Amino acid sequence: MGAAEGLRLPKNGAVHLFGTDCMDKSFTLDVDGRQHTVRADPAMPLLYALRNDIGKRGPRFGCGLAQCGACTVLVDGEPVRSCVVPVSAIRGAVRTLDGLASGDTPHPVQAAFIAEEAGQCEYCMSGWIMTTVALLEENPHRSDEDIRGALAGLKCRCATHMAILRAVRRAADEMAKAERGDG
Amino acid sequence: MAEQAGGALLFARRELLKGAAALLVSLNAPLVAWSAGGRANAPPQRDLDPARLDTWLAIRGDGRVTGYWGKMDMGQGVDTAIAQIVADELDVRVDVVDIVFGDTARCADQGGASGSNGLKLSGLAFRAAAAQARLALLEQAAAELGTPPDELQVADGVVRVRRRPSRKVSYADLVRRGEPLAAPIQWNGKYGNGLTLSGRAKPKPWSESRVVGTSVPRKDIRDKLLARATFLHDHSLPGMLHGRMLRPSKPGASVRRVERDSVKDIPGARIVVDGDFVGVVAPREWDAIRAARKLAVEWDESDSGFDTDSNSLHEWIRRAGAVESAVEHDNGDVEAEIAGAARTLTAEYEWPFQSHARMAPAAAIADVRDGHVTVWTDSQKPWDTARGAAALLGDADKSFTARAIWMPGPGSYGRSDAGDGAMDAVLLSATVGAPVRVQWMRDEGHGWDPKGPASVVTCRGAIDATGNVRAYHFHIKGFSRHDQNSREDRPGELLAGHLVGHESTPEWTVSSPDDSYVFPAKRYSWQAIAPLRRQASPLRTAHFRDPYGPETHFASESFIDELAYATRTDPLEFRLARVADERDAAVLRTAAELSGWQPHAAPRKRRRSDGRYVGTGIAYAQRSGSVNAVVAETVVDPASGRIHVRRIWVGADHGLVVNPFTLDRTIEGNLLQAMSRTLFEEVQFTRDGVRSLDWQSYPILEAADAPDDVQIRHVNRPELGPQGAGEPTTRVMPAAIANAVFDATGVRLRRVPFTRARVKAALG
Repeated sequence: MGAAEGLRLPKNGAVHLFGTDCMDKSFTLDVDGRQHTVRADPAMPLLYALRNDIGKRGPRFGCGLAQCGACTVLVDGEPVRSCVVPVSAIRGAVRTLDGLASGDTPHPVQAAFIAEEAGQCEYCMSGWIMTTVALLEENPHRSDEDIRGALAGLKCRCATHMAILRAVRRAADEMAKAERGDG
Repeated sequence: MAEQAGGALLFARRELLKGAAALLVSLNAPLVAWSAGGRANAPPQRDLDPARLDTWLAIRGDGRVTGYWGKMDMGQGVDTAIAQIVADELDVRVDVVDIVFGDTARCADQGGASGSNGLKLSGLAFRAAAAQARLALLEQAAAELGTPPDELQVADGVVRVRRRPSRKVSYADLVRRGEPLAAPIQWNGKYGNGLTLSGRAKPKPWSESRVVGTSVPRKDIRDKLLARATFLHDHSLPGMLHGRMLRPSKPGASVRRVERDSVKDIPGARIVVDGDFVGVVAPREWDAIRAARKLAVEWDESDSGFDTDSNSLHEWIRRAGAVESAVEHDNGDVEAEIAGAARTLTAEYEWPFQSHARMAPAAAIADVRDGHVTVWTDSQKPWDTARGAAALLGDADKSFTARAIWMPGPGSYGRSDAGDGAMDAVLLSATVGAPVRVQWMRDEGHGWDPKGPASVVTCRGAIDATGNVRAYHFHIKGFSRHDQNSREDRPGELLAGHLVGHESTPEWTVSSPDDSYVFPAKRYSWQAIAPLRRQASPLRTAHFRDPYGPETHFASESFIDELAYATRTDPLEFRLARVADERDAAVLRTAAELSGWQPHAAPRKRRRSDGRYVGTGIAYAQRSGSVNAVVAETVVDPASGRIHVRRIWVGADHGLVVNPFTLDRTIEGNLLQAMSRTLFEEVQFTRDGVRSLDWQSYPILEAADAPDDVQIRHVNRPELGPQGAGEPTTRVMPAAIANAVFDATGVRLRRVPFTRARVKAALG
């Protein structure tokens, strides 16, 4: 879609972006519908801008290697591991777990995860929820195989995969119902 | 102590250890030193009097109730369950009960999270406190209403005269006019898990519970999923610096030289060196990360490394001398039975080191100033974290007071790296004189967190001429279940403590199976061996979910299966014939019935049309007053070596079930984490150190590996009260999988993890 070239990261690829010492530069980021200007080393991963400069809580540091998904955000609708993507590479609109709900109304995917009490510590949930949002907003009619495939590469150390899979199934069914207009 | 030569900072390690003083190397500030030589334990915090009711419970002017809980919830909903117990005893709605936990300044020490005992132990204390609180409130109401207490009734926090319900007074009104909870409650004088309370008021019988036994939603989940909860990682303080650590190049390597100029172009970067403790701080997090990557440290590797590696580990264990041993059970004469047996059976089972590998590696914030340290931590035992911080900083000349405040972090399954990260933050903050937030990087989490111990189990059985099993000997030899105590209240129990020169204080114990099997002769014994390195070892062991549970019961419940097949007996029937405890038999029958168990006295080796084999296996074990049996159905693909655990059926007896919905989710998490450890997890290491440093080199279970279905049926035993729940299902999973693979293929897997390569090799 509209995400910048170079954002397509190998799902399990460790991408290292260290080494060059650049001067700080200013970057304007569109995050959850608001514009933010951040001054940072161009090589700094987006995650640190989101958390430390913009104040987001949902995307979290898990590995810094694009191997776990805890830092996942959507860039123009595509899941991106913000722990490895340099802030200078972001061109599209960034959406985080913080921005999913409409006021006090959770996104249907959040509502399903709450209903199923998916997760335990909930630290990893940006990975599971944002990836599910990307999958189901594109098309909620998904088989269990599609779902497991889309969730590959995400980690949940509390091993709550059963509840997560039930939550994604519930969200898919709810969103498909809403799409048909009988929700 | 330190001199500058050619742009490098040099110092002599001996000298440094003698004074145990830290060096702060800053480009813009003069050298600062502080003393960290003290080893005395600071007195534990005893500010809150457990013998007072208001230490445990408060009632607000708006009628809300606060419970101050001295344990921890990490997403298993135990705080919600405590609120359920309080709501029942006080006769209030559960949604008006708030549970505060994990702050050493506000909650008395009930031991933190430990052994899935949150409800079993502290739940009963809260039940007693809430019952006594209700009585105290009733007595004040009786005086106000002019009616004896036994003629009053309470609903929804409002006390009414039973015969004239219009005469009433609310709890909120009572606390506005008096201090009913400023009253004593009987305390047994102990802290930690052993703390008990009792009052004049008798708690209601569990059978009268309204809220206990129902699926109240977890209190924390909505805010967490809406990114509105404040995790430890979201907390910050004014003037807070970001810290990152540098670890020895090899286990045991010591600092020879630090190139202070190597980070000079990073804004505000400062270097902290104390013995082999090396860290950097910077005002901005990314700068701290860059500084840690760029800081040049020369390590002295003359006394470093391990004497073995993960490929030779189990041979090492077999050959190593024991530092401690015990016989946990011994009846009959095992040796005589084996000597006189018609047939003997011997098998060995191997378990690797496993990493806690939390979802995120350790993080903490510490603020050390004016003789006081405050630590924000996700450690399971913040009371110990506070004591450890005070002990690490204090010495003969100066003592510190300490407060630890727990905040949510990545899941924790025992003595993880959380407490080590907290102490890193404490040392950095004390040195730089500012609040410091430390975040370990992924390779530190896998590489330096405490590990679950590796072991070798030898099982022997004696079978007589008529096919009866006469003797069973279980012997486990391995690293201690805790080279480091699961508490973190002493510098010698902490990585930072080791790196600044505090000696490790290991405790050497292993474990043995928890079951009720009866054999004419049975012996359970263990031997502990010394750690591969004693100081600052990346393989130091500590409690990791169900310490030694999966290791021992993988072997014991596999061998019970081997004995069953060796005597041409169905594995379920073999177990039912030998368990002495009726609760054990009940869960075995429950799991078997739920799974539609088909008796078989030999492996069935059922092959599907797609070439894959399918089989079922059973295993059971006791723990912490609970008992669980599991039947697993596995599909084994001989072409790839992949094992898929397709279905799991659980017969569970956790005594009284307080919250069925959250308990089932907790059980599922334990089952799947145990699956992950059985199928995938092994810490690889060479003589130069740990090589499993990320999720590629330490794979864990993913969504594709999850079963299609997990069914749990509870044998609810309200008369027993709540028992330890969650963790007890971890230990039954490994053998259930191994036994299912045997039924599927006729091949016995005796080395965890069951990687594809190993399974392929085993299937030939």
